[in-house]
Amino acid sequence: MSRAHAYFALPLAALVALVALLVWLKPFEILAPGAPPVEFLAFESVRLEPGIIRATVRADGSEPVTIAQVHVDGAYRIFRQTPPGPLGRLSSAELVIPYPWIDGETHVIKALTSTGATFEHSIDVAQTTPDVFGPPAKLLLLVGLLLGLAPVAIGLMSFPALRQLGREGTGFILAVTVGLLVYLLIDTLGEGLEAAEAVLERFHASTLVWVVAIVTGAGLIAVGRRGSRPPEGITLATFIALGIGLHNLGEGLVVGAAFATGETALAAFLVIGFIIHNVTEGFGIAAPLTREQPSLMTFFGLALLAGLPALLGVFLGAQAVNPLWTAICFGIGAGAIGQVVFEISALVVRQYGAAKIAQAPVLGGVITGLTVMYVTALLV
Amino acid sequence: MLDWLQGKLSRRQSLKSAGQLGVFGAISAAAGIVSPARAATGKGAKKHRRQHAGDNRTVGRVDHKRNGFDPHAILTDWERGTLSTDDQGRRVRTFDIVAIDKEIEIASGLFFPAWTYNGRVPGPTLRATEGETIKVNFRNAGSHPHSIHFHGIHGASMDGITGAGLVNPGEEFTYEVSARPFGCHLYHCHAIPLKRHIHKGLYGAIIIDPDPELHPEHREVALSRQLGSEENARWQEMVMVMNGFDTNFDDENEVYAANSIAFAYMLDPIVIERDRPVRIYLVNITEFDPVNSFHLHANFFDYFDHGTTLTPTLRTIDTVMLCQAQRGILEFSFEGFEPGRYMFHAHQSEFAELGWMSFLKVES
Repeated sequence: MSRAHAYFALPLAALVALVALLVWLKPFEILAPGAPPVEFLAFESVRLEPGIIRATVRADGSEPVTIAQVHVDGAYRIFRQTPPGPLGRLSSAELVIPYPWIDGETHVIKALTSTGATFEHSIDVAQTTPDVFGPPAKLLLLVGLLLGLAPVAIGLMSFPALRQLGREGTGFILAVTVGLLVYLLIDTLGEGLEAAEAVLERFHASTLVWVVAIVTGAGLIAVGRRGSRPPEGITLATFIALGIGLHNLGEGLVVGAAFATGETALAAFLVIGFIIHNVTEGFGIAAPLTREQPSLMTFFGLALLAGLPALLGVFLGAQAVNPLWTAICFGIGAGAIGQVVFEISALVVRQYGAAKIAQAPVLGGVITGLTVMYVTALLV
Repeated sequence: MLDWLQGKLSRRQSLKSAGQLGVFGAISAAAGIVSPARAATGKGAKKHRRQHAGDNRTVGRVDHKRNGFDPHAILTDWERGTLSTDDQGRRVRTFDIVAIDKEIEIASGLFFPAWTYNGRVPGPTLRATEGETIKVNFRNAGSHPHSIHFHGIHGASMDGITGAGLVNPGEEFTYEVSARPFGCHLYHCHAIPLKRHIHKGLYGAIIIDPDPELHPEHREVALSRQLGSEENARWQEMVMVMNGFDTNFDDENEVYAANSIAFAYMLDPIVIERDRPVRIYLVNITEFDPVNSFHLHANFFDYFDHGTTLTPTLRTIDTVMLCQAQRGILEFSFEGFEPGRYMFHAHQSEFAELGWMSFLKVES
């Protein structure tokens, strides 16, 4: 072992010794003589079947958490826990509660632990969780296609029109794309942080969303520039499609989860608004291609890459996934979008000079992109 | 259990309607606008599995042995103390009560860090006769100052409030109060903060039987109330203290019950003989909620508010409402009724479904 290694061993050994001492002597126990245990219980997913509520819960705390009783809507209910028994730190169990829940109404589940602590979960609008192998599969398919593929494909159809623009126009369009993507970046991070709120504190899910986003963004930048050349043209368009695809995967998860938990609103015109909003995503993919000669197959590929993950997300989300995974998916999506924002900005700087980016056409483009996204979001 | 599986098997019928709803709803929800409840109202009526009243209850059974008290025994275990005559010729009835901190199981697996009189909630049901002098030797073995405040007639120094019989941990005090007026009464801790000291479990019933010699106009009725008399032996008497427990200390009760244990008399109905009259000494000490109530199914009762009269204050009612500390006597009979289970419960559905739900099992 070299001398350098030995130097690292010193602090490591000291740390191990300290931890061992703490575990062995338990000096902190005198601080809390007979203190009640700290308990946490998170409802990770809830599935509804006619007459039955299935809730997956995960526990955390200083001692194993024992679920003693369950209320539904302020009434004690019989229930079955699998696996039975106390829940160790971060372990989960399913609670099966027979309950005549009512279509379209709100129900509140409350778990009481042995210490009398209570943990609540609200089912905002009760609705049967779709069975992935049952008849609604076709409908989920339709939802996924409407959400992802269709709008992206329509947006890509703007390609011939974009080609008619001159050099200045192309710069403006690229700036608009940056604006669109920055909006999506904010939106994706926001959704990720929201999903993180439902996760047990110990997982530090909101921090994890940021970490995953940064790691993904940095990783993709490194991959994109591995030939020492920054991505342009079709490569850049592919990365944009990937970023949007990952964003749509996260979005699909939320849609699916909304489907599963019944947080749905019924209004056909909202579909129209959603499509208009997502068309801008296809437009963004087409923007860096204006000086290329992409084949029709390239367009199909890009549309599938950006749109299909939404479909996957809807199916996964409908199965009531753990919100931790949803948060991680949004973190990945945010990182991927961050990468393309960086690369398109770099492209604009390369082609038009750093001085240009503070000037009206580029700034105007970014603002236009942000505004378009916001306004179309209002339609949704 | 089997019915609940059958319910599961029939669910496919309903999936289609649910799916159609999802298409538009899911899209809109994804976009961030989630309209509040009711979006789905009226869509596809689902077939829910057959319901059982028995589903609305706690799971498992409370270990009464570990608690040290059984809600069925509490119904009738009158604490009579010891009777003696003092040098002034007064009949003195002496009780011993000790305040103890004790964790009690109020529903299976659900524990509450209670403060108790004599290790039970409600505390012992003291029973004396009108005209006696009641002496209570109170020892505080708990961790906080406690007292006993009697709802009855006594001097200011015996009131069980700060400066008049408030007992610090490890100390003792003897309360002396008059056994009058006759009726169904209450005692509880009056240390502050009052709300916490009451809802932690420091309360109990005290019943003063009327002295028949003092009520010649209603001698028969008074005799029937006097524990140990031949007339009283006909009656099926029981005491019920309506209470609640706030297990997470948010000033709302998670458990309601008569005599502390959620659903105790639903899971194990109280057996009564059909042809003998029933008398219930009912006390409300529920904290946080303004009122509690008692509703009897399929029958009516006479009610004596506070039990301080020998003629009913309310006749032929099936529901009575009591504020906190209000109490009374219920008298009814199932004579000639079909044998079977007759429900009784708080007619606040919320309390009923949180534990204050019971059965009388009428046997011929």
